[in-house]
Amino acid sequence: MSILGTRVVRTEDPRLLTVGGTYVDDLREPALAQAARVTFVRSPIAHALITGIDVSAAREAPGVVAVLTAADLDDLPPPPPDSGLTGTEGLPFPLGGAWSEPLFAVDRVRFVGEPVAMVITDDRYQGEDAAELVSVDYEQLPAVVGVAGALAGESLLFPSAGSNVAVATGTPADSAAFEACDVVVEHVITNQRLAPVPLEGRAAAAQWADGKLTLWVSTQNAQIARFILVGALGLDPANIRVVAPDVGGGFGAKIGVDRDGLLVAWAAKHIGRALRWAETRSENMLAMTHGRAQRQVVKIGGTREGRILAYRLDLVQDTGAYSRMGGFLPFLTCLMAAGPYDIGHVETAYQVVVTNATPISAYRGAGRPEATAAIERAVDLFAAEIGVDAAEVRRINLVPADKFPYTSGSGATYDTGEYVAGLDKVLAGAGYAELRAEQARRRERGDVLQLGIGVASYVEITAADADGGETARLIVHDDGTATVYTGSSAHGQGHHTAWAMLVQAELGIDMSKVTVIHGDTDLIPMGVGTYASRSLQLGGVAVHKAAVEVKEQGRKVAAEMLEASEADLELDVDRGVWQVRGDPATSTSWAQVAAHAGDAGLAADVNYTEGKPTFPFGTHLAVTEVDTETGKARLIRHVTVDDAGTVLSPVLAEGQRHGGIAQGVAQALLEEMVYDAEGNPVTGTLVDYAIITATELPSFELLASETPATINPLGAKGIGEAGTIGATPATQNSVIDAVSHLGIRHIDMPLTPARVWAAISEARESR
Amino acid sequence: MKVTVTVNGGEVAAEVADRTLLVHLLRDVAGLTATNVGCDTSSCGACTVLLDGRSVKSCTLLAAQADGRQVTTVEGLSDGSGDLHPVQQAFRAEHGLQCGFCTPGMVMASVSLLAENPSPTEDDVRSALEGNLCRCTGYHNIVRAVLAAASERRPS
Repeated sequence: MSILGTRVVRTEDPRLLTVGGTYVDDLREPALAQAARVTFVRSPIAHALITGIDVSAAREAPGVVAVLTAADLDDLPPPPPDSGLTGTEGLPFPLGGAWSEPLFAVDRVRFVGEPVAMVITDDRYQGEDAAELVSVDYEQLPAVVGVAGALAGESLLFPSAGSNVAVATGTPADSAAFEACDVVVEHVITNQRLAPVPLEGRAAAAQWADGKLTLWVSTQNAQIARFILVGALGLDPANIRVVAPDVGGGFGAKIGVDRDGLLVAWAAKHIGRALRWAETRSENMLAMTHGRAQRQVVKIGGTREGRILAYRLDLVQDTGAYSRMGGFLPFLTCLMAAGPYDIGHVETAYQVVVTNATPISAYRGAGRPEATAAIERAVDLFAAEIGVDAAEVRRINLVPADKFPYTSGSGATYDTGEYVAGLDKVLAGAGYAELRAEQARRRERGDVLQLGIGVASYVEITAADADGGETARLIVHDDGTATVYTGSSAHGQGHHTAWAMLVQAELGIDMSKVTVIHGDTDLIPMGVGTYASRSLQLGGVAVHKAAVEVKEQGRKVAAEMLEASEADLELDVDRGVWQVRGDPATSTSWAQVAAHAGDAGLAADVNYTEGKPTFPFGTHLAVTEVDTETGKARLIRHVTVDDAGTVLSPVLAEGQRHGGIAQGVAQALLEEMVYDAEGNPVTGTLVDYAIITATELPSFELLASETPATINPLGAKGIGEAGTIGATPATQNSVIDAVSHLGIRHIDMPLTPARVWAAISEARESR
Repeated sequence: MKVTVTVNGGEVAAEVADRTLLVHLLRDVAGLTATNVGCDTSSCGACTVLLDGRSVKSCTLLAAQADGRQVTTVEGLSDGSGDLHPVQQAFRAEHGLQCGFCTPGMVMASVSLLAENPSPTEDDVRSALEGNLCRCTGYHNIVRAVLAAASERRPS
C-alpha cells in the first residue's frame, strides 16, 4: 500500500521537541562567534520630515561599534528599475519610481516603526541603551490615516506623485444589470488591518568574508531573498549565499527579505564585521508588514426566490506607507470576487492608496480572504433581505458540478469542484436543522445567550503564480539513502516529511533514509519557496517527477545488472528492490543499483511549472453563542469541508486547516491593528493586540472531501490558506446571525463585545 | 553579579550584568537555545521553563532571581536515554507542533499543568495554556496532545 494518504508522524519533530529548532538567533556558527548586535532606531512619528540626525552621543556609549544612517549608504547601486518580481496586468509589483521604498528613511518618515538609523553594539542590552541616545529632529506633518484620510488628499506621502492613489482600475458600473433584479442590497464593509505575528519575529545574521556575503535570514524564500539582495546591494549572485535555517512561522510576511534584513546584510559588508539582528515583538508589530486593510462596497442583486443575478465589488486597498505588493492583493481579491457562485453579471473595481501606516503585504490568504469575506457577507445580506435561509441561497447559486471547468463572472477559471456536495456535507455534519431549531427555541424563550449559525462557502486560488514553478533535485546514493534538494522552503508545514513520503511512495526507499534539504542558495541556487499554498502542487510534484525520472534511470541500470529487459523489470516498492517480473529471487537493491551506476549516478533535476493555478473550495459553518447583555461572542463549534484535491498527508493537511481556522476566527472576533488620528499605532504589543488563545477556541470538526486536481499527477491543490478564507466570514456571519432577530444585518470585524453590544443597543433603541 | 543556577541538573555559574534576564542566561551563557523569546510583554509563553518545578516565563525573571534555584528547560525533559518524555511523545503523535517556535514553552507549560492536575478536562487544558500562544496549530492538536499525555500517564 502506498504511504501517500496515510497518517505519518513528522520527521521534523524529535529535534524540535528535544533541543529546539535552530532559528536565526540560535545560530552558533563559528562565522558568527564575534558577531555584533544590530538595534534599529525607528520613527516614533507617523509622518514627518527628518531635519537632523545626531548620533554623536550614541557613538560614545558603552559597547558601540558603529551608528549608521542613510548618510552612510554611499556604497550602493542606484535603485533597481521599477519592474519587480512579477507583473499583473501591467502593474509593477512593488511600485517603484515616485513610490519607492528606501532602506533607511531618507529626509521623510512615513510610518511609526520606519528604520531611521542602526546602532551596532557588542551585546544586545548595550544596543537598547545606545539607540535611545540617537537624536533625530522631526518636523511633523499631518498624518494620512486610513482609506478616508488617503482619499481626502489633504496631505501627501509622496508629493512628487501628486496623489495618495497609487493604482485605480476596474470595470465601470452597469446600472441596467441591477435594475433587472427584484432586490438589490448594498453595504460598506471593512476588512480590518491585521498583524501576522509569527511567533518568531524577523531575524537576520550576516557575514562578509573573502568577497562573499552570507545572510542567514528568517524567510519563506531563500532564493527570492538572494534575488532582492542582488538588486539592493549590487552584488553578483555568485557572491551571495542566503540560508533559511528553521523559521518560526511566516504567514506571508516573511516572503523574501525586508529592508531591515537588507540593511543588516549591507552593514556587515560596510563595517566588515559579522552582525546579528532579531527584532523585538514591539518592533515586529510596527515594522513587519501587516495584512488585509480593505474598505469594500458590495452591491448584490437577484430574485425574491434567491437567484443572484448581479454583484459588484468596489474596494480601496490601504497599502500603508509603501506599496510592497502594488496592486496585486486587490487584483487577487477582484479576480476571486464572484466566489463559488454562478452569477451572470459581476463587476469589480479597486484603488490602492498609501497611508501613514505599516506597509501591507501578504498575510495568510493574501487577497482571497478579503474576496470571500465580501461576497459571503453580501450573500447573507441578500438572504436576509429576501427572507430565505442563507444556506439555501448558497445552494441555489453555487456553481453546479457539471459546469467545470467554469469561468467565473470575475474572470477566474475554476478547474474542478463539488461545491454543493461540500455545502451539504457540512450542513449534515453540523446538524443544521437541529441548530436552527435550537436557535428558534432560544429566541422564543428570550435567552440571554443567543445562538448564531454562520455559513461561508468559498473557492480560492492556489499557486496563483504556477508559472513560476519550483525545483527539486533527487539523488540516490550507493548506501541506499536518498537526498532531496528542494526549492520549496518549509516554516512549519512539514515539507521534510511530505517530500520523504513522495520518494518512498515512488521508489520504495524508506523515508527514514531520505534526507531533505532546503533553504540554502549555495546548495539550491534555483527555487521559489513557500507562499500562495503552492508547495505541494509545485515543489511536491517536482520531487515526484524527479523520483519518476530516477526510477527510470534505475530501471535501465538494474536491467543491465540483472541481464533482463527493461520491460521485464519491476520495482517492489514495499521492499525497495528491483526484480525480474515473476522471479522475485532475481533482484537488486537501490544501493547496488546506485553503486553500479557509478559516476553517472542516479540523480534528477526537475524544474516543474504547472502553468495554471488550482482552485480549492469548501464550506465552513460556525456556531457562536452571543451574550446579548455583554456582547461577548464565543465560538462553540466549527465544522468544515476544505477540499484541496488529493490529500498526501492527512496529518499535515489537518494541521494547516486547524491553524488557518484559528487565524480566521481571530480576525472575525478579536484582532485589529488600530491607529489613532495622528497615525500612532495603539495595538503595538501582544497586550493590546489580541492574538487568539486556546481558551477562545473549541476543537474543530473537520470533514474529509477530495476532488482531485487534474492538472498535476498528484491531484493536489493547496491547503495552507483555506482556514483564513473560510473561517473568517463563517464566524462573522454566525455572530450577526445570533442577533439578526433584533434587526441587525451587519457588524464590522472584529466582532468584539463592545461592537456587538453597541449594535444590540442601537437595534433595541430603534425598535 | 555572580549567579549560580542548576539547569537541567548541571550547575551554571556566571558573572552577568545585574539586568540579565533568565532567558538570556539560558540561551547565551548556558547555550541552551530551545527556550525562545517571542514577545516583550510576558504574553506569549515561548520562554516558559520550570523553576523549582513550576512553570515561569523566563523573559520576565532576572537571572538573579533564579540564583541558587533549579531550572528545567525542554532540553532537560527527557531522561537522556533517547526516549521522549510522555508530553514530548504526545506532541509528536498528535501533530501538536508546526514551526516549533512556541513548542519548548508549550511543552513545559503542559508538563507543569499535568504535575498539578494529572487528569485535566479539555477546558482545564485550554485554560492552563492561555498564557502560551501558538500561531500555527490553532491549539487543536496541542490540546489533544496534552489530553493524550494525561491518559498515558494515568495508571489504568
